[in-house]
Amino acid sequence: MSSTLAVKPHNTKTSKRQVATLPLVAPSVLVLLIWMIVPLLMTLWFSLQRYNLLNPANTGFAGLNNYISLLSTSSLWISIFNTLVLVGSVLVITIALGTLLAVLFNEEFWGRSIARLLAIAPFFVMPTVSALIWKNMLMHPVNGLFAFVTRSLGLGSIDWFAQYPMLSVILIVSWEWLPFALLILLTAIQSLDHEQVEAARMDGAKSTAIFRFITLPHLGRAIAVLAMIEMIFFLTIFAEIFVTTSGGPGLATTNLAYFIYLRALFEFDVGGASAAGLIAVILANIVAIFLMRLVARNLDV
Amino acid sequence: MSTVTLRDIRKRYTDADVIKGVDLDINDGEFVVFVGPSGCGKSTLLRMIAGLEEITSGDLLIDSDRMNDVPPDKRGLAMVFQTYALYPHMTVAENMAFSLRLAGVPKARRHERAQDVARILQLEPLLNRKPRALSGGQRQRVAIGRALVRNPKVFLFDEPLSNLDAALRVQMRIELASLHDTLKSTMIYVTHDQVEAMTLADKIVVLQGGVIEQVGSPLDLYHHPHNLFVAGFIGSPRMNFLTVTVTDVNSSATTVKLPGGETISIPVQPRNLAVGDRPTLGIRPEHLRFDRTNATIHGEVKVVERLGGETFAYVNLPGGDTMVVKTDGDTPVQLHDQVPIYLNGDRCHLFDPQGMTIPRAELRPLTV
Repeated sequence: MSSTLAVKPHNTKTSKRQVATLPLVAPSVLVLLIWMIVPLLMTLWFSLQRYNLLNPANTGFAGLNNYISLLSTSSLWISIFNTLVLVGSVLVITIALGTLLAVLFNEEFWGRSIARLLAIAPFFVMPTVSALIWKNMLMHPVNGLFAFVTRSLGLGSIDWFAQYPMLSVILIVSWEWLPFALLILLTAIQSLDHEQVEAARMDGAKSTAIFRFITLPHLGRAIAVLAMIEMIFFLTIFAEIFVTTSGGPGLATTNLAYFIYLRALFEFDVGGASAAGLIAVILANIVAIFLMRLVARNLDV
Repeated sequence: MSTVTLRDIRKRYTDADVIKGVDLDINDGEFVVFVGPSGCGKSTLLRMIAGLEEITSGDLLIDSDRMNDVPPDKRGLAMVFQTYALYPHMTVAENMAFSLRLAGVPKARRHERAQDVARILQLEPLLNRKPRALSGGQRQRVAIGRALVRNPKVFLFDEPLSNLDAALRVQMRIELASLHDTLKSTMIYVTHDQVEAMTLADKIVVLQGGVIEQVGSPLDLYHHPHNLFVAGFIGSPRMNFLTVTVTDVNSSATTVKLPGGETISIPVQPRNLAVGDRPTLGIRPEHLRFDRTNATIHGEVKVVERLGGETFAYVNLPGGDTMVVKTDGDTPVQLHDQVPIYLNGDRCHLFDPQGMTIPRAELRPLTV
């Protein structure tokens, strides 16, 4: 931005510079504002209305009634809890496994580039497609690969989505996102100064100590950024749940996004769904604040 | 304090031999410098001693114990890297005490040791800083401190000064020399900078293409290079080389004809030179003189580099060769002047067509 005015004398006041750059920045700021503020305001407005598509006669200002009724239903709290469980577990799994895999794929071995390509491939599969593959080809109690293996071993079969619905969703989402974590962490690990590792070896560090004292601190920043990016996507997981469990059995796999969907397009309660949407926004912000703190501390080394 | 011995050390990567059989004895307390052009294998050799590279064949002995298969930290060595390789997320004190931490030394003891070393290197005020908050010279000192903490038998330095600016490099060079004087430990130092090599070394090892060209004290290498390569490598600006023709050989001197037609007599052993042979004559720029009365060769000045204290004149000779003459800072020589140059036969080196030095009749006594 400053480059347009870089030729100006040094003692020019900054305010002048702002005046001159403002028209150039304004369009994009305006578009962004409309893009974000208008839907938010509309959601806010709907959330304060009695607005149910099944009952067009019942309209008018509802005040905080939508919120009050929402916050007093246990299904909202269950879905918030499910959201946190889902986000937390997938984060832990992808980051932990991603770090270990990044260390592995950073080593020199035969066929490394092909192995890397294969490891990263799942990320390019659409969520609905991968969920269908897991549902019908892997976890299916009759036709699935897992059931085939366990039955061959005489262990019977597991009906994954009925017996361990949340675990199943966690597994599917982790499988989809592990490649992304691997990709980010692998690039980060490649920037580790080789002489640092050698210096640690001279200092007597074995491989676990090198991982603990050199590699892991080096990855700290990348892990924080990765957690942040993944968080944004994990809060809105929908396709996998929609395709596999439809939020069930009961509410076992209903997260906040799915809860809003149920409100809006099963109960046609636009007002209630909007209120739940805003609750989701607040939740996301609380989580984001914690994460920003974490990242900021990491960037401040 | 200890000795390092290399016996026919070789290093082979899948497609190439990098170190082709190195024999070397490093005595207790000696400061040994490996020099050579880039790619000569000097860093590889150091890393093999350190244990960071495997030794393909040969024996590495430290204090007469075979160390080939001993892990780096058990060899009793400490290394200072070119990029310093400090751990960025640890403070200076933690960096220096890292090896002790890994060895399970209690915290208080570690801290004490780091303090001791920091005192030697004047790092005390910086102990709680992170490496990124330090200047290049300070980082260098921390890297040396990290080596000192381990109290090693042998210090290894891999081009430690090449990332510093010129002024700091001179200062750190002096500090390293005095550190060696204080500690009296064995040090092995790799550099491509011959000023560092000449000033720091007790013993210089000149490497080229994975083999040792010559081992000797700095002045030994300067005055008695074994071959053309060492003669050209040691000294700055490099030695001038001219192809000459032998006109007369006797037991005390060989007379050769210069490109300009003049002859000079050089006191070297006759060996197997015969009249009509075309050996190479070498003479250092600092041993040439502009001298009208005794001139042996004439040429035209093509470039004059005035450094203030001294002047380098690049002179084109009749045969098409260029000669560098080092002379006074206030010499009146001008570009395109025809200048008379005096070659002192005593100062000339003669190399046979294979590039080996023809030994002098009498070796110049070295003061050191």
